[in-house]
Amino acid sequence: MKFAVVNFPGSNCDMDLYYAIKDGIKEEVELVDYRKTSLAGFDGVLIPGGFSYGDYLRSGAIAVHAPIISEIVRFANEGKFVLGICNGFQILTELHLLPGALIQNEKSRFICETVTLQVMNNQTIFTNRYTENEKIRIPVAHGEGRYYCDEQTLEELKANDQIVFRYDENINGSVDQIAGVMNRQGNVLGMMPHPERALEDIVGSSDGLKLFQSIINQVRVNN
Amino acid sequence: MTEPTAKQIQDSKLYQQWGLSDSEYKLICEKILHRLPNYTETGLYSVMWSEHCSYKNSKKVLRKMPNKSDRVLAGPGEDAGILDIGDGQAVVFKAESHNHPSAVEPYQGAATGVGGIIRDIFSMGAQPFALLNSLKFGPLKDGQTKHLVNEVVAGIGGYGNCIGLPTVGGEISFENCYENNPLVNAMCVGLLNKTDFKHGTASGKGNLIVYVGAKTGRDGIHGATFASDEFTDTKNKQRSAVQVGNPFIEKLLMDACVEIIEKHPNWILGIQDMGAAGLVSSTAEMASKADSGLILNLDNVPQRETEMSAYEMMLSESQERMVLCVKPQFKDNVLAFFKNFELDAVVIGQVTGDKQYKIYHRDELVTDIPVRSLTEDVPEYDRPEVEPKRIAQDRDYHFVPKIDSLIDTWQALLKQPNIASKKHFYQTYDSQVKADTLVQPGSDAGVTRIRGTKKAIAMTNDSNSKYVYLDPYVGGQITVMEAARNIVASGAEPIGVTDCLNYGNPENPEVFWELDKSVEGIASACEKINTPVISGNVSLYNEYNDEAIYPSPMIGMVGLIDDVKKVTTIAFKEAGDLIYLLGNTFNDFNGSEIQLQQTGSIKGGLRPLDLNEERLHQDLIRQAINQGLVASCHDLSEGGLAVALSESAFDKQLGFEIETDLTSAQMFSETQSRFLVTVKPEDKTNFENLVLRDFQYLGQVTEDSTFKVTTKDETVSINGKEASNNWKEAIACLMK
Repeated sequence: MKFAVVNFPGSNCDMDLYYAIKDGIKEEVELVDYRKTSLAGFDGVLIPGGFSYGDYLRSGAIAVHAPIISEIVRFANEGKFVLGICNGFQILTELHLLPGALIQNEKSRFICETVTLQVMNNQTIFTNRYTENEKIRIPVAHGEGRYYCDEQTLEELKANDQIVFRYDENINGSVDQIAGVMNRQGNVLGMMPHPERALEDIVGSSDGLKLFQSIINQVRVNN
Repeated sequence: MTEPTAKQIQDSKLYQQWGLSDSEYKLICEKILHRLPNYTETGLYSVMWSEHCSYKNSKKVLRKMPNKSDRVLAGPGEDAGILDIGDGQAVVFKAESHNHPSAVEPYQGAATGVGGIIRDIFSMGAQPFALLNSLKFGPLKDGQTKHLVNEVVAGIGGYGNCIGLPTVGGEISFENCYENNPLVNAMCVGLLNKTDFKHGTASGKGNLIVYVGAKTGRDGIHGATFASDEFTDTKNKQRSAVQVGNPFIEKLLMDACVEIIEKHPNWILGIQDMGAAGLVSSTAEMASKADSGLILNLDNVPQRETEMSAYEMMLSESQERMVLCVKPQFKDNVLAFFKNFELDAVVIGQVTGDKQYKIYHRDELVTDIPVRSLTEDVPEYDRPEVEPKRIAQDRDYHFVPKIDSLIDTWQALLKQPNIASKKHFYQTYDSQVKADTLVQPGSDAGVTRIRGTKKAIAMTNDSNSKYVYLDPYVGGQITVMEAARNIVASGAEPIGVTDCLNYGNPENPEVFWELDKSVEGIASACEKINTPVISGNVSLYNEYNDEAIYPSPMIGMVGLIDDVKKVTTIAFKEAGDLIYLLGNTFNDFNGSEIQLQQTGSIKGGLRPLDLNEERLHQDLIRQAINQGLVASCHDLSEGGLAVALSESAFDKQLGFEIETDLTSAQMFSETQSRFLVTVKPEDKTNFENLVLRDFQYLGQVTEDSTFKVTTKDETVSINGKEASNNWKEAIACLMK
């Protein structure tokens, strides 16, 4: 199985994701430059965290004009899996591949902390190795991670089981304590917390490992 | 605007406004140039001869620092120092102050302090991997100080978070003397493959000088001169001397520089960051190191403002810029390489054989002076020094606190701003990006692993200016040893030091005495534990209305852990673990937090530090950790045993039950050379047989979060949850 980690100018968690695949689950992985126009040969796309283009305009707002983007959209529409973490989540909402938006944290401060998440839906490509309602410890690091959507969207998210992760304690003021959502088809996930920073007990938690193992698990089952 | 002529500069003594003294100006005219320098040249001398660039006031003192060990690959004189850590790898680190800019424009001042120190690391060919900082402010009383604190913290976070380097450690403290002159010191640590090491030199006639990075604007002109002057009520608004940072550009620049050095080492002969005094300082230093000459053509410099003069371009401190010395045959490769990162890269000059520094601007030769006159001919000053009166007056004063209620004193001390948790601030820094952080802020030292090896690096920033104020020599020693204990308690071997020496005006003999004595203290301590001082910076003239800050040396220490299994934290691990205190406790209350709490100020002399005992205790802890006998370890510092016990218990919400023959007051004594250690019951005999002396068994870690304490005077039961809340909430409350 071969993963693409898309690298935008200013992405800074690209290597963390690269190592998560290479060392964490020992699969094939390649960094893909934002100027490339093809994702041929890849089974899945990972969009890393960071500050693409410095996030000077609005998080993710400039990245969505990069050449690789139309290929990511095609990939998502074909039902292949796309995972966006932190800035990657912001890019996916900017692209409307995921509903809602990420706005400045309630207390308007950047927050870096390892927090407790609840796995709300363990029947997904990304979470099938977790148990239902499992509590996991995953680091967050963001200034604009407050998930916002209108009430109707929230009802749809709930009705379709699209809320994948919720914060145990609402650290940033997110609607319904949402930490991660997927699209209706279930092949695109965006999340603010960083599972790629929680792969070994030595760095504080290994609870993120199952997320990457889930993807492998699912793809193997499908094949 | 037409620039004044050389004669007008002489007559109006314009050079004085730029910081050159009459005698220095005379030296330039009569001994170096044998003519009057023009406007641009006078500007170049004034920044290059400022204290900030030349260390003319501090050089003599700095030579007292040890800078050699088996590990040292590069020491002072390069952008940063380098220490060998085996396996073909080395660590590169340096700390730098950004005090003056932060006082005037706190967000950008702090942000560009971080940006500058990162460039110092990757200009050596190293990949930066961790940041630390040491901040000092006035008391958190008025809105102005709180604004300053918020903006400095936001600036540090804004830059480090965006560029994607974890901030793994640091310190923040509050004293009256920093109210109008805050201190902002930042440190960066990087990893170098020894073969990638690049000197900052420009050698070989005909080789090209290439400018890379952000465009040059009018920001930060005369920043170095500004940093070498004092603040007064009328002189505190020089905003034009402050730079503006762009971490996004720096991220591109960092990635590009690291990659070009790693993949194409033969393209680049030398590389240097444009920091203080920008273009002139970087190019002059590179040429001076190689004893070569340079010709620069300023018309090629990327500019973001129009009509900039040569003077403005040469002195601008615009951020995110580097200078490279490139072999002509690789010119096109180098320019294309940076273009691929969407960075400006242009040839702005070349190396010559005549040892002259020549600048052309609009086809006019605007500077023609000897290269080395900028870097080597700076007069060195031997400043007079006098012991301040307070030292002799208060030497025999011994403060001993009176403890009416051990419980109330204990709880109140945990709320003191210098002791309370700083999480309110450091949780706004990304401490985990890169996924290599093993110990995050909040323990004794930050620890980062080196991916692909078993090794890890421990890092800390420490200072205690209260002690240095009371006794610069002993205070200097204490600063080093406290840093060393933090490194040792984390499971590491201390291997080297960088420093920021923050003081008042060196032309004041009392200030110079403080500088000299504290450096002697630092040097003696560094020698004792074999930690050479391999880089650093000096920040003098930290005064407001002629009132100097406390002498405030900051020590940034780095330690090596050969196996990540040895990483140790301060947190008590589980109930039943045995608690030991290593080191004897005396009535050391002068300069302590308990003295500050009870009297509102500090006073008295310090007991000499026994360096042999200090070293012995550090070695014992290292041996115990190496043998796997230590469950947790915490250095004792401000607030003494009471605070160390509390902090160790808070992380896992545990408690403890202890009995000691110390008095209740001595629970707060700040005697040096002590560690708090917990040991699993099965390791009791091995631990006690190893340590043998100077230790006291105190008691056990308990499940219940209560602190049960029996001193020589009394037995009390302290509510651990309340203690934890006091400690955790105090800063957020004060910042409201």
